[in-house]
Amino acid sequence: MNTPTTERAETGLLIIGASQAGVQLAISLRGTGFDEHITLLGEEDHRPYQRPALSKEFLQDKVDKENLIFRSQEYWDEHGIELVKGARIERIEKNTAADGTQDGSGVAVAADGTRYPFRRLALAVGARARRLEIEGAELDGVVYLRSADDALELKARLGDVQDAVVVGGGFIGLEAACSLHGMGKNVTVMEYGPRLVGRAVGEDTSEYFLQAHRGRGIDIRLGARMTRFVEGTGERAGRVAGVELEDGTVVDAQLVLVGIGVVPNTELAEQMGLAVDNGIVVDRHAVASDGTTVAVGDVANMPNPLPGAPEGERIRLESVNNAIEHAKIAAYSLTGRREEYAGIPWFWSNQADLKLQIAGLTLGYDSTVVRRDDAKGKFSVLYYRDGQVIAADCVNAPLDFMAVRNALGKGQNIPAGAAADPAVPLKSLVVDRHVQEVSA
Amino acid sequence: MPTIHYTDAAGSTIDINANVGDSVMETAVRNGVPGIVAECGGSLSCATCHVFVREDELEQLPGMSEMEDEMLYGTTEDRRDNSRLSCQIKVTEGMDLHVTTPETQV
Repeated sequence: MNTPTTERAETGLLIIGASQAGVQLAISLRGTGFDEHITLLGEEDHRPYQRPALSKEFLQDKVDKENLIFRSQEYWDEHGIELVKGARIERIEKNTAADGTQDGSGVAVAADGTRYPFRRLALAVGARARRLEIEGAELDGVVYLRSADDALELKARLGDVQDAVVVGGGFIGLEAACSLHGMGKNVTVMEYGPRLVGRAVGEDTSEYFLQAHRGRGIDIRLGARMTRFVEGTGERAGRVAGVELEDGTVVDAQLVLVGIGVVPNTELAEQMGLAVDNGIVVDRHAVASDGTTVAVGDVANMPNPLPGAPEGERIRLESVNNAIEHAKIAAYSLTGRREEYAGIPWFWSNQADLKLQIAGLTLGYDSTVVRRDDAKGKFSVLYYRDGQVIAADCVNAPLDFMAVRNALGKGQNIPAGAAADPAVPLKSLVVDRHVQEVSA
Repeated sequence: MPTIHYTDAAGSTIDINANVGDSVMETAVRNGVPGIVAECGGSLSCATCHVFVREDELEQLPGMSEMEDEMLYGTTEDRRDNSRLSCQIKVTEGMDLHVTTPETQV
């Protein structure tokens, strides 16, 4: 039997992934004068939306789905950007000329057989939640939180939940834990590692969050060793009832939310023969190894964009800010301009009353300075590499965040000496780069 | 319907009919008003939705939180007396607000 196939009209640029990065790429292209037809194709059945609120305001019913939508339909129509929802691309067929050369054009083939011919291709395919392998992982009530559908499912379950276990003490896990705790649930966080958010912040910040969250009544287990998810009995057969630890104790849970990081969606890139190494390998201009395809956002492994970073150091960033900035570079590449990353990477995470803002990248830091003002509830950690500030974690301290972000952006330094005193504004300590501190 | 008038640094104005309850930032972004970036989606983390509110309309607006006040010290274009973060201004019934966007947000 032949499956009927639909062949779409050729598009100038096919963006796979209606993600933060994909949306920004389309918008930025129109801003840079790209006048060819653009198709923005997403796997989900929703109009392109913003993810950050899914673990916070959306979960807490403070905003609804409509608030998460990036742009009105009129915007897309007026800008000649065609949205395709619910289309999962399974493979890419690149066009090859008689002499063997490839110009970046080809056809994307969707799971339903629809063919999307393109002149240029952008991969903004993001990442997916890493799955936990453990006995009982398939039980009803074990959920993940990456997409709007995940969040809708989670919300629909909350009515029956009194006890929740969050697996993973990273940003998503802690944001969700705070949301659930704020809704009156008993929340236990199981973190495998020795500290919270170990991948993104230093030890001082981890400790600060640990104390704050324990202080509000969230049970946090570090070095947690889970042996299985326990199934309920009777009416609750097939549904999760608890989490068993190595010592045999069981923590009750009618809901287990797993937030143990993401896996970049590199399958299409691999199938295309692009270089892949913890993401799709791209150059400073967001161009993949075939020289024509661009890859942006969470899925891209790029040169460390921080000014002064060692040559050859690479990084894959999972953040809104990176999705936006990286997409802008790709937009330039697609219009024949060679631009490099502008601005300083930054990140945020809101956890109950704690507003964390991170400026810069801690990669390669060798020392830290803690600024703490408990009376005002402000806490910052500055990270240094060879005496140069490279990043800061700032909790409820936007002035510190702004000072570090601006200094990094201008290639300046905030010498470590006086930075620990919270009474001294960081802004007043800024000096030009490579000015050495003079010890008294 | 409430109306927000967005004027860019060059002086051209876009008028948008807004929904009560949305923020001035959301109204701008959803309709593609240039000049408002709003990287953080309205969670008061990025200071890229900075606007200047028409002086005589400033008093109609609820005051700003300490966090907004501090964030405004980090905007790319320096704050003025009529600076606000547009994510913190909710559209209300009958609102007719004039804001100017700065030359650059990032």
